[in-house]
Amino acid sequence: MSDAAPSRFESPTTVREGLRRVSYLADEGIAGVVYLAERLGKPVLVEGPAGTGKTQLAKSVAELTGSRLIRLQCYEGLDESKALYEWNYKKQLLRIQAQRVGEAASAEKWEDIEEDIFSEQFLLTRPLLEAIRAEEPVVLLIDEVDRVEVETEALLLEILSDYQVSIPELGTVVATQIPLVFLTSNNTRELSEALKRRCLFLHIDYPDIEREREIVLTRVPGISESLADQVVRIVRSIRNLELKKAPSVSETLDWARTLLLLGIQSVDAQAATETLHILLKYQSDIDKAAKDLNASTVSPPR
Amino acid sequence: MTIDGAAPSLPAGSSGGLLESLSGFVTELRTAGIPVSLTENLDAMEALRHIPLEDRDAFKYALAATMVKNNSHWKAFETVFEVYFSLRGREYHITDGGEDAVDELITDLLGSREGEGSGAEGLTPEQLAELLYRALMDGNDAMLRAIARAAVTRYAGMEPGRPVGGTYYLYRTLRQLDLDAVLEKMMDAARQETRGELTELEERLAREEYEARMDALRREIEAEIRRRLVADRGAEAVAKSLRKPLPEDIDFMHASREELLALRKAIAPLTRKLAVRLARKRRHGRKGPLDFRSTVRHSLSYGGVPAEPKFRYPRPSKPEIMVVADISGSVAAFARFTLQMVYAISSQFSRVRSFVFIDGIDEVTDYFRATEDISAAIHRINTEADVIWVDGHSDYGHAFEAFWERWGKDVNSKTTVLLLGDARNNYHAAQAWVLAEVAKKARHVYWLNPEPRSYWDTGDSIVSQYATHCDGAYECRNLKQLERFVEQLG
Repeated sequence: MSDAAPSRFESPTTVREGLRRVSYLADEGIAGVVYLAERLGKPVLVEGPAGTGKTQLAKSVAELTGSRLIRLQCYEGLDESKALYEWNYKKQLLRIQAQRVGEAASAEKWEDIEEDIFSEQFLLTRPLLEAIRAEEPVVLLIDEVDRVEVETEALLLEILSDYQVSIPELGTVVATQIPLVFLTSNNTRELSEALKRRCLFLHIDYPDIEREREIVLTRVPGISESLADQVVRIVRSIRNLELKKAPSVSETLDWARTLLLLGIQSVDAQAATETLHILLKYQSDIDKAAKDLNASTVSPPR
Repeated sequence: MTIDGAAPSLPAGSSGGLLESLSGFVTELRTAGIPVSLTENLDAMEALRHIPLEDRDAFKYALAATMVKNNSHWKAFETVFEVYFSLRGREYHITDGGEDAVDELITDLLGSREGEGSGAEGLTPEQLAELLYRALMDGNDAMLRAIARAAVTRYAGMEPGRPVGGTYYLYRTLRQLDLDAVLEKMMDAARQETRGELTELEERLAREEYEARMDALRREIEAEIRRRLVADRGAEAVAKSLRKPLPEDIDFMHASREELLALRKAIAPLTRKLAVRLARKRRHGRKGPLDFRSTVRHSLSYGGVPAEPKFRYPRPSKPEIMVVADISGSVAAFARFTLQMVYAISSQFSRVRSFVFIDGIDEVTDYFRATEDISAAIHRINTEADVIWVDGHSDYGHAFEAFWERWGKDVNSKTTVLLLGDARNNYHAAQAWVLAEVAKKARHVYWLNPEPRSYWDTGDSIVSQYATHCDGAYECRNLKQLERFVEQLG
């Protein structure tokens, strides 16, 4: 597979450096899987808690490779006509009407019309088909794939394994170039075995403290190193609590930006408590974290 | 198995040794319960052609991405990987080589050093402790690895061929290092550095930072012990001794604290599914009675001819659930899990009522409702709920009778009753008639039993006396079985 198309990545390290250039800080695992996906021509299933940069990964890879990003947002009730293709039946009707009007003049047979109205110009391409038919390199992002029903998942299988779409009236459309496919999932339900088997699996967890600090430093311009350091350490401390929803990376960034805007140079317990609502989204979580941050005023026994 | 001995970096392509250890690796993964299909195995082989084999991390992630498709299996994968490939790579040699850099560091740190042997091995215990302290303070990973190695050599007292598990050696090593004392020493140093100006928040953050480093050290020691065990006994034997059940196979009854924590994360999606299953009612299928109004309205478009009869569709009703759980000592671990499950369920359904019993029974719905914090709720239930009637040995008969007396009238045709317990009744009267009555009124009655089916009806277990009145009794020892129960609902 990799022999046919010119490879875009040399090694996992180049992927990592490339992603860093578009300010996405990948760890070894992420870079390695992206590299393999490109080499093997396999889709990547990205799983992990919300707000850890799953969607951003696809966007950044698109930016890095200079490809167009085609996005399919999944939701309950998504069907073929929204994901794959649809016949533009209004246009088809018009075509038939037009035929009737000029009936006397033209002597077109019904067969001709039928062939005509099921041709490409009456086809509305939806994201999946669009990605397959694209001439230029594309990155296909199938976002939150766990939201569709198990039955709808089957729609994806043909594309993911063979990069083709079968349209009964037209035949099979085969991809001219293999797109990089990213599927993201928040793991609200178990995906089917068939889908998983076709994909490389990548779990993106909360980053470790060094990487998160780097992320904060890259993504929040103007922040001082010491503040960034404090921010990520407090966030780690909060993540250790038992919460309904732990703060995500994007929330860490929001928090860091807020602190910067407020002109806070060094976070103390009070400042942290006052701005907790940016980090946490449930009142019960906020209460718990506030209590915990202030409870540390009782210094542990020596 | 050609795994013994530290092979140098493997040649590219498919050397016989690599293929052999890979097939052993895959077999072990499958034995551990991770489903690796044939295509996934082939994918892994294909992936290995593209990555530099001397890059250990890339090698690991290539295998993981192609073979492990469930994050809860990651830990099991990591262990097996460590066992099978721990001897690969230069910095992982057990003795000699690769330690020069560390050697220099040690000499740097301690000045001139009298002592025989190479690396960190020749140190006195005091020197080792000092080194450990400094390495932890600096967060020096290479140093920590060397110390872990030295500590295992010195303290673990590993003897070749001795069939002792890794935990024993780990315990011996850690006891000698006395990490708690080191932590306090580090905290003191941190305080002194700022001359006591450490705010409470800073102090706490520092402590967490140090604890994280200690965890890293602990993992290094564990890995070191594992490496030596593998070198001694071979990968297969070690992998076998390290085999742990996957989260979905963990037995509720014997789950450790950590395992329960892992279970809690896994249970949320399952209860959501359970909620959906219980709420789903024949939407399709049988039509309701004729909807006269709608039929007339639609007849207007046919010029008044009721060509298209409209029907009322049965509305999916809100499910009502009553969970009745045994929290006695015999099912203590299961009960803790049960309560977590009840809590998770009640966050999904608006109408969940929960009851707990030992020999008396009490409603605990409000305990869950009043707080968002599960551990607080469980604590209140354990301390406040009035579940002991006589002696605190489970008495299903009395508990059910009391349930029927006090809440029986609330059971109606929309109610699903979930009973959780092992039905070990201590030879009290069964009072199975209660369940018969409940089953008559309720929509469904299900019994979930945390005991293996082969134990049912042995000793004082009378589960089948109750089960005859239920819509089904299910063995529910682990997540997999719970999932199966949820699957077959609805």
